[in-house]
Amino acid sequence: MEKKTKEEYVHPLLEVKDLSVSFRMYDTGLEQYDLKVISNLNIDVKQGEIVAVAGSSGSGKSLLAHAVMGLLPENAATTGEMYYKGMPLIQKEKEQLRGKEIALVPQSVAYLDPSMRVGTQVLGEKPDQRKRKEQKEVFSRLHLEEHVERLYPFQLSGGMARRVLVSTALISGADLIIADEPTPGLDLEMAVEALTCFREMADEGKAVILITHDIDLAFHVADRVAVFYAGTTVEIAPSKDFREGPEALRHPYSKALWRALPQNGFVPIPGFQPYAKALPKGCLFAPRCPNRTEECEKPIPMQELRGGTVRCIHAT
Amino acid sequence: MNSKRIVKSTGRYAIRFVTLLIAISIISFILVSLSPVDPVQQYVGAVPNVSEEQREKIAEYWGLNDPPAERFAIWAKSLLHGDFGTSLIYRRPVLDIIGEKFAASLALMLTAWVFSGILGFTIGCIMGVYNGKWPDRILKKVCLTMCAIPTFWIGIVFLMVFSVKLGWFPMGMSVPKGVPADQVTLLQRIHHLVLPALTLSFLSFANVALHTREKLVDVLESDYVLFAKASGESRFSIWKRHGLRNILLPAVTMQFGSFSELFGGSVLAETVFSYPGLGAAASAAGMGSDIPLLLGITLFSAVFVFVGNMLANIIYGIADPQIREGYEHEE
Amino acid sequence: MKSRTGRFSVNRRTRTILTLILIFAFLFGIYLAGTIMSDELIQADFSQKGLKPSWEHPFGTDLLGRDMLVRTIKGLSISIVVGTVASSVSAVIALFVGVAAATGSSRLDHFINWLIDLVMGIPHTVLLILISFACGKGLRGVLIGVAVTHWTGLARLIRSEVLQIRSQQYIEVSRRLGHNSRWITIHHILPHMIPQFLIGLILMFPHAIMHESSLTFLGFGLSPEQPAIGIILSESMKYLSTGMWWLAFFPGLMLVIVVLLFDRLGENLKKIVDPYSAHE
Repeated sequence: MEKKTKEEYVHPLLEVKDLSVSFRMYDTGLEQYDLKVISNLNIDVKQGEIVAVAGSSGSGKSLLAHAVMGLLPENAATTGEMYYKGMPLIQKEKEQLRGKEIALVPQSVAYLDPSMRVGTQVLGEKPDQRKRKEQKEVFSRLHLEEHVERLYPFQLSGGMARRVLVSTALISGADLIIADEPTPGLDLEMAVEALTCFREMADEGKAVILITHDIDLAFHVADRVAVFYAGTTVEIAPSKDFREGPEALRHPYSKALWRALPQNGFVPIPGFQPYAKALPKGCLFAPRCPNRTEECEKPIPMQELRGGTVRCIHAT
Repeated sequence: MNSKRIVKSTGRYAIRFVTLLIAISIISFILVSLSPVDPVQQYVGAVPNVSEEQREKIAEYWGLNDPPAERFAIWAKSLLHGDFGTSLIYRRPVLDIIGEKFAASLALMLTAWVFSGILGFTIGCIMGVYNGKWPDRILKKVCLTMCAIPTFWIGIVFLMVFSVKLGWFPMGMSVPKGVPADQVTLLQRIHHLVLPALTLSFLSFANVALHTREKLVDVLESDYVLFAKASGESRFSIWKRHGLRNILLPAVTMQFGSFSELFGGSVLAETVFSYPGLGAAASAAGMGSDIPLLLGITLFSAVFVFVGNMLANIIYGIADPQIREGYEHEE
Repeated sequence: MKSRTGRFSVNRRTRTILTLILIFAFLFGIYLAGTIMSDELIQADFSQKGLKPSWEHPFGTDLLGRDMLVRTIKGLSISIVVGTVASSVSAVIALFVGVAAATGSSRLDHFINWLIDLVMGIPHTVLLILISFACGKGLRGVLIGVAVTHWTGLARLIRSEVLQIRSQQYIEVSRRLGHNSRWITIHHILPHMIPQFLIGLILMFPHAIMHESSLTFLGFGLSPEQPAIGIILSESMKYLSTGMWWLAFFPGLMLVIVVLLFDRLGENLKKIVDPYSAHE
């Protein structure tokens, strides 16, 4: 799945710089505090490219999707910059672009209205002739039979539901597709099929952000992989580095993730991902890192290294 | 498969209805038998010179000297024959009274029910859409305050303001005084109905509004509304396509489930406005120790409440796709 | 109340507790004032009859020349006592029934569900009239009536809470350790029910007070000699057309305020016990 070089695209379709998101929370007895769930996160995606966002649960993967689409709840505060096609992306733009240029493929069938038939739902609020035609085509392409349109979400099987969710992004005709955990619950064959579908979209010139904790599948289909840890990006690397192994990777957490894969020895990483309420100073991975030094307690910037980027001062 | 399920659930429903009715008859009979109030004394009332012998005769006639179990058996048997006995205060068969009074109450309850349902739902939607913002905060405070206002007091306040002070509405009753029943116009009836209906809908209006608000907030915070937003749906479209679709059914069923409060409220509203309905009759029966009428109204009110709950269930069964289409497609 | 500044947030807990104390003090004050005030203050005085509200008589006087403020406070005091006693009994019934339904056999559970359906199957007001009639009217009838009609909602709540706790792992561990069902109920389940119970109890007060005054208003509750709010309002009905609005207005308004305050008391307590509801 080698792709042509990406230099031909000047602007990334989406660029996220130093994004931080915090929530205002209430503790027992009505104490109030801010919970920083994403800190200084960076990511970008170009047309024709799949960027996989990998990380364990609680690493802020889904929140990234919500932040890009302007879907965060009202008690959330964001800082940092976002650019779409080179233009700054603020809430108003997000609201105009979502569903038209940026589409979300949600996690589960819970994202479908339980009391509305599937057909009505995927067509959106203003179904026209073109959309109806598009929907028929997309359904047959995804092997969804015609009668599925008349079903309610609770009547869909797991695989059907997943394909229905994917179909919404295809019907919308968006340029940027953010898929939030599209594979769990699918058997391998179905998962590969779903991912192939995203590959096809990318090959048609769309940009895809694939949020997943299944990094194994991710680096087989994606062009680049962004590794998230405790709400920040620790490394962005070409997928081939993941296929090659730990020596090609840059961040100690990425290496550890690789070694934790079943086929690579299943070595667990000692320690826990820090909770957003008690983040360490400086490098967020430092408490679990074998290479940590005193320097790691200072803020760590993202740096370019061997064709990727990494947030580690010891990376070589 | 579906029809079998319907038969089964209908059967279970019928059994529950019958057991509840039997239990209610027994309990209410025990309760009235416990009463220290002497029904003969109440019956004879202010009439002077009623001899001990005559009292004894009345007691004998009513079977008051029989043991309670026997009296219950006789009463239950005549109930099964459709005979609810004779009302002491109206001196007419209980069923006739109930039928006549319920017709009057129905106009009142129906008006209040429709009014509070529609207005409460609308206000609830406004609160839900503005969740946490000032229109919601103000309306919510108003609704919570309304919940704390006793029906009979607001009735009195309405009377003081609209009837005594402003003179817009009559002081009570369902028809003008001294006008033969067949000459009362529809307009006059409505004129007499407005204040009692407003009073009766006062409390349930706030309940409906707050309930609708909660439901709408739940829906608007759901994953599927998040996805609808992500798909570019406007706020109005989200409310119309997803909000309304998902809250209308619970609201309608709740409204049918509120027959109990409606009936209870009508007792107070009708008393304040001397409205000659079933609620006022219930109160009068209790005050006048009219045991046959009190028992009759109790049973009737239980049936009324049960019918409301049953309608709520039926509507749910028809309108909710999960129940209607079953789980056939589930794997 | 989502976007508050940090300075405000520190005070929130304190503010809630302060509100709680203030409301409690106010309600307790009314109760105390009603009991302490001598009955001589509401002796008939025909030289003062039917006076409009003034500085001397803020709520006016009735046709027997009795001060309406004193009568109102005495009435509220009775209402608070009746509400407290009846709610407490009702809440205890709810606790027992709810725990029994959740921990007992499935037949008991079915029976209790049926019983709840039964109580909810008759309109409250009608059932209250029936019970009050059975007790020969008067205070006892109101107390029993309110107590036996108000437990259903809380009982259902407690039942589901108990079921939830019972499904948790530590209960299973305790069972494996050889503790029997009763021991577990007393040591693990009941302590968890205390906050629910207290909040349920306080939130029952407003309903109890409203039903007491309604019943008294209809003539089934407290006797006409007692200065109950229901009696005052029922009396005022006779003089409505005379335009003596203060006879009904102030006593009713005070009743509404007391009911609202009890409601606030419960909601504030809930906020402290369950902070997640504080997001709103």
